[in-house]
Amino acid sequence: MELKSNIPGGPIAEKWDKHKFEMKLVNPANKRKYHVLVVGSGLAGASAAATMSELGYNVSCYCFQDSPRRAHSIAAQGGINAAKNYQNDGDSIQRLFYDTVKGGDFRAREANVYRLAQISVNIIDQCVAQGVPFAREYGGLLANRSFGGAQVSRTFYARGQTGQQLLLGAYQALEKEIAKGGVTMYPRTEMLDLIVVDGRARGIVTRNLVTGKIETHLGDAVVLATGGYGNVFYLSTNAKGSNTTAIWRAYKRGAAFGNPCYTQIHPTCIPQSGDYQSKLTLMSESLRNDGRVWVPKQAGDTRAPHEIPEAERDYYLERKYPSYGNLSPRDIASRAAKEACDSGRGVGPGGLGVYLDFRDAINRLGRDKIEERYGNLFQMYERITDEDPYKVPMRIYPAVHYTMGGLWVDYNLMSTIPGLHVLGEANFSDHGANRLGASALMQGLADGYFVIPYTIGNYLAGQKLEPVSKDHPEVRAVEREVEERTRRLLGIKGKRSVQSFHRELGKVMWEYCGMARNAQGLQEALARIPALREEFWENLNVPGSGEELNQSLEQAGRVADFLELGELMCRDALHREESCGGHFRTEHQTEDGEAKRDDEHFTYVAAWEYAGEGKTPILNKESLEFENVHLATRSYK
Amino acid sequence: MPATDGARASVSRVRRFWNSSVGKKVVMAVTGIIGIGFVLGHMAGNLQMFKGTGAAQAMHDYAVLLRKTGGLLWLIRGVLLGAIALHVTAALQLSARNRAARPVGYGAKKDQVSTLASRTMRVGGIVLLAFIVFHIADMTFGIGVPGFVHLDPYNNLRNGFTRWWTVVFYVVAMASLGLHLFHGAWASLRTLGARRPSAAPLHRNIAVALAIITALGFAAVPIGAAMGLFTDDTPVTDESQTVSTLTGGVR
Amino acid sequence: MNVTLRVWRQPGPSAAGKFVEYQARDISAEMSFLEMLDVVNEELTAKGEQPIAFDHDCREGICGMCGLMISGVAHGPMKATTTCQLHMRSFTDGDTITVEPWRASAFPVLRDLCVDRSSLDRIVQAGGYVSVSTGNAPDGNAIPIAKPDADAAMDAAACIGCGACVAACPNGSASLFTAAKISHLGYLPQGQPERYRRALKMVAQMDLEHFGGCTLFGECQAACPKEISIDTIARMNRDYLYGSVFEREESRSAGGAG
Repeated sequence: MELKSNIPGGPIAEKWDKHKFEMKLVNPANKRKYHVLVVGSGLAGASAAATMSELGYNVSCYCFQDSPRRAHSIAAQGGINAAKNYQNDGDSIQRLFYDTVKGGDFRAREANVYRLAQISVNIIDQCVAQGVPFAREYGGLLANRSFGGAQVSRTFYARGQTGQQLLLGAYQALEKEIAKGGVTMYPRTEMLDLIVVDGRARGIVTRNLVTGKIETHLGDAVVLATGGYGNVFYLSTNAKGSNTTAIWRAYKRGAAFGNPCYTQIHPTCIPQSGDYQSKLTLMSESLRNDGRVWVPKQAGDTRAPHEIPEAERDYYLERKYPSYGNLSPRDIASRAAKEACDSGRGVGPGGLGVYLDFRDAINRLGRDKIEERYGNLFQMYERITDEDPYKVPMRIYPAVHYTMGGLWVDYNLMSTIPGLHVLGEANFSDHGANRLGASALMQGLADGYFVIPYTIGNYLAGQKLEPVSKDHPEVRAVEREVEERTRRLLGIKGKRSVQSFHRELGKVMWEYCGMARNAQGLQEALARIPALREEFWENLNVPGSGEELNQSLEQAGRVADFLELGELMCRDALHREESCGGHFRTEHQTEDGEAKRDDEHFTYVAAWEYAGEGKTPILNKESLEFENVHLATRSYK
Repeated sequence: MPATDGARASVSRVRRFWNSSVGKKVVMAVTGIIGIGFVLGHMAGNLQMFKGTGAAQAMHDYAVLLRKTGGLLWLIRGVLLGAIALHVTAALQLSARNRAARPVGYGAKKDQVSTLASRTMRVGGIVLLAFIVFHIADMTFGIGVPGFVHLDPYNNLRNGFTRWWTVVFYVVAMASLGLHLFHGAWASLRTLGARRPSAAPLHRNIAVALAIITALGFAAVPIGAAMGLFTDDTPVTDESQTVSTLTGGVR
Repeated sequence: MNVTLRVWRQPGPSAAGKFVEYQARDISAEMSFLEMLDVVNEELTAKGEQPIAFDHDCREGICGMCGLMISGVAHGPMKATTTCQLHMRSFTDGDTITVEPWRASAFPVLRDLCVDRSSLDRIVQAGGYVSVSTGNAPDGNAIPIAKPDADAAMDAAACIGCGACVAACPNGSASLFTAAKISHLGYLPQGQPERYRRALKMVAQMDLEHFGGCTLFGECQAACPKEISIDTIARMNRDYLYGSVFEREESRSAGGAG
């Protein structure tokens, strides 16, 4: 497989403009003749579908939830970055670009990141125009806050509900286009496979989650914006429904999977309270603007937090990373928390937690100010834990939050299957081995509002696409495969529930492919996952039928794919003999426990190619060139 | 735009307004406020019953005054009748819509903050409507009132409330009126969007006062009659005629 | 703790439904209400019975997908809380809990506790947006917005579209949902050009979907997990009234030669 990144030539600051000029255009009158299928309705999917419809394309959009407004982008709390430099604190496109490349531990593609930084400013303008109620200063101008991994204040926010407000903006734009007839929306519809005809993505097979009907949708291009696959760990901050099925099916149809092992573990989540736990809840990174992270200096200290005197507290982030302190990037803060807990100094049940303390901030700024900034987060914390964070420090622990890996895409966001475009968290592109806070929203909207609307035209104008009929043998074959698979899942009639398999897979992944990985553990996982998968296909119990609303069946299909993806993640993690960003191999660390990269051997994107059932996937490499940012050891000290 | 188009547009505007749930509520709010104005005026007139000596004359003069306004009384009557008709029609239509909006009810449903008044608007409204009909038959036409004399409201009330069940009915109706206003007076301003946002929008002061004052103010008359407080036996006189000659006149 | 559940079971949209009793045993007070249902569902699955279908997704109170009538209260007894954020510590051992779907003719039941809320999407389609195409935006700071206006817009925009307002309203009215969107956009300068037209269209759609009307019971506000105020309804009514009187009809000469 050849990986053509299609990065335009010229200086980095001019690449996107030059490319926009060079790309082919589709005549306005012809646009409506093209049918684009957009799978997913989060920030990337909704913005893409709406914008392409505005341009005149005939768009269909699919989501498994009951409304496009529910996509998991809605849960993003903290904010969205943009290089506006409204604060006059030295921000610029160049700095956002630099911070993102460095934050990603030099494992992202420079040209994509630069474009992202350029577009970031347009996103804010667009969202304001849509009526996104960003936080404002008394003078009426936009407010900013700071986020991890940056020394400037460039994060725009809407209380602790930034993702919700941005998604509602995109959702409203989408509904506007639905009303106009440019977009046909298919809610409660799940994509179960990709149709590739003559080497090009031409459609999808879906299941109507209410009636169970398997349906085929054909078009001229397919856009996947289906989010990340963090739920492979069972416990994550992702929504329960977030899944890998769409991108995994595409992978099995020939799209390369980039860097599957790059997983972001978010440092500030509410610790697990019991085995029944169904998901973990994130506490926004913005809390680290004012909260101080600490553990007792003494291992096994069981005193209540307020009984531990100042001198016996270890504010370990401030100690280890004095220049970034509590705002160290996520991978670093997570690992530091794990280290503290591993050394027996963790707090709370099972010693799996560290304090995030607002005492000093409340003393300095007053309770009102803190309530204004984080009120809804504090309320959420109290609701879940029954503890009042104004009085008792929060207990937090890292949890799986985001996957930097995803389907490999070129500069045009097209995968290795022509016509199949991948946006947002579902692709691998902009965050390298670690994503900075408030950059996911930026990427999703950049891809959807400002990149795909151009590049899709370039693709469509450059093709001669023959109409495909529903009777095409390839179409029929995929349809049959989907039906067969559904029948198989229902027909096993074993003893174990889907959830039990999912939990077990999650435990294996967290244990061996979580915050710290090593060859031995990964090999163990690579032995256990196939065995678990085998048991799944023999002993699964899915009640009910396929011709009805059947949530167990939905879950079963998703877990079946996670059971395959998990193996690929471990394989990728095993092959990457270095530590970088969210991928930490215990064999590769400096003396003081920091990640040790191996630029000589691993400055590349690992793009895995499906080789067929039971065969080892093929590793393809896109080497990364750093012409504008010098490869350096990433330091936040 | 030609004039006919303009007229047609206005008609369709009115139709759209009337057909919408918000439009009907606005109509109910406006007609309700008209009703409140009437009720307050009526109550002020009624309270002359408590003047003691001279009350009978005062009530009579008040009745005559109303009739001396020429067409105004009929205009007011017309507005009131129209208001009632619109209020009731809108209420019936909205109730039908509201019932249709939940064809299958809950197995268990607990009200959280809604007041008794808000939940009894429909029943209370029916009670009030029945009361209005009865009241007009009773005190305007004098049907069934012993010794009814036209334009002698003082004595008509005194006589009318010798029947204990009338007193009970009036008091019950006035309690319903209080409840109806407790919710309606508060809600009407919000329906019209005429209130500024408040930290506690369910809190009400004016409506409470209004409800209590009207309920007590009106109920005072039947209760006062039952307690035998109306003892002014001074014959009622008119400028030129005596009351008895008036009774033969046109009602 | 142990609780008894009376759950509405209905195999399909047109099938008849009924309450079925289940025992939830050895429940931890730290569990969320949905995690408790997960436990019940695991038991049902093990017995080969169909698990109880209920909508949920983010389980952190923001996506608006979950929503159950719990013993007669939308989203259960805890104020300002979605069903997924309700924890079993709000109940006591031995309680009997009635669990029902949202009830409204505009929210037909799909299965068990899942309902179809697409009517809310159609209300937004009628005008719950600013008509701005991508790429048309001036600088984000070009129009300053007074902080109180931005805050008021945000208060209204916090709506998660769960439908609890409809479920709790004795009239089955979607006024709070509709009013929240009208207020959100109506407080912002960007929302002004379409303000009155938006109110007219969204209210008309709300009626078309067979939601009931508002009689200001206040139940919606009490049920709203985001504590959206019924003051938004006053605003909606005002905008509707103003629009009914003053909003110009769409010009017939729009477009024209060019």
